[in-house]
Amino acid sequence: MILVSLFLSFLLANLLGYGGGPASIPLMYEEIVNRYNWLSNAEFSNMLALGNALPGPIATKIAAYVGFGMGGWPGFFIALFATVVPSAAALIFLIKVMSKHRDSLIVKGMTIMVQPVIAALMIGLTLEMFQDSYHSLGLLQSALIAIIALLLLQKFKVHPALVIILAFLYGGLVVPHIH
Amino acid sequence: MIYKELIIGLMRSGIFGFGGGPSVIPLIRHEAVNRFNWVTNDEFGEVLAIANTLPGPIATKMAAYLGYKQKGTLGAIVAVLAHILPTCLAMVLLITFVNVLSNSAVVTGMISAVLPVIAVMLGVMAYEFGEKAVKGLGIYIGILLTIVCLVLIQTISIHPAIVILVFLTYGAFHFKIKAKIKNKERGME
Repeated sequence: MILVSLFLSFLLANLLGYGGGPASIPLMYEEIVNRYNWLSNAEFSNMLALGNALPGPIATKIAAYVGFGMGGWPGFFIALFATVVPSAAALIFLIKVMSKHRDSLIVKGMTIMVQPVIAALMIGLTLEMFQDSYHSLGLLQSALIAIIALLLLQKFKVHPALVIILAFLYGGLVVPHIH
Repeated sequence: MIYKELIIGLMRSGIFGFGGGPSVIPLIRHEAVNRFNWVTNDEFGEVLAIANTLPGPIATKMAAYLGYKQKGTLGAIVAVLAHILPTCLAMVLLITFVNVLSNSAVVTGMISAVLPVIAVMLGVMAYEFGEKAVKGLGIYIGILLTIVCLVLIQTISIHPAIVILVFLTYGAFHFKIKAKIKNKERGME
């Protein structure tokens, strides 16, 4: 029974969660804390804190944690399945239909018109990320790290993962001593 | 050895991407476009746009598509698992250390130092999409529409999926309308 509830609640949270994983966190909270009482409010915040400290998509981390806690390994996989598969299958289906009509002016018009929206979305995400960074590091450090990262990524074509490791080293070794 | 590439590329972007799915996108793009040439930059952009009109986590949608394109359903499963399993397992194993991890100055320092790097990666993608918008729509309309979208999404807080749907719907008739306007102009001459 618990497996069915896990499946339904994560399915619901993700089908209604527009805007990527972070957008479905409030929906998951509703299901996990208010509806099924799988976690208390404090437990949910703790889980979210850990989730934010780890890399990777957030929605799948929450699903994995709650699924495992409530239903062991079967729960782990069922919660993940409900989180990932429906929207992924829908995307693959949609792209298949669109690429069949690749040369039609309708599809071409759609791909041209969607570019400014995606540009705006990315600008929004960039601003949010800089804001977070400004709040935790201040202007000087944020700007310095950003400029160095930009040079490494764009001018010297360093692999992004390597740039992130460098930032980690700086953050682990230097940042705690500045505050 | 496509499977090996899928596993390496998506595992790497899953492990080094901080700040939730949307901030992982530049990393996935680097692996998919620059490193392994699974898709062209244009195709990645188109798929990302369509993926944004659908609900659910964005990173797993992209991983599934990239895997599916290379190796069908099995490829999609491998790609998604490579992307999410390491951190999902870490989540289950590390919960006992939650206080140590989220209260440690070293860990918070590490995460905060990554934020500007992620911001730069997102900024680069923003610039490239802006370039594409200008290329497809001309400099004035391209920039104008990007600003309009920015105001709609950021200032008026209209949900991005709605804005995307509106633009896609108009886009479907874009060339028809353009042709009509041209015909009219010709008629007047």
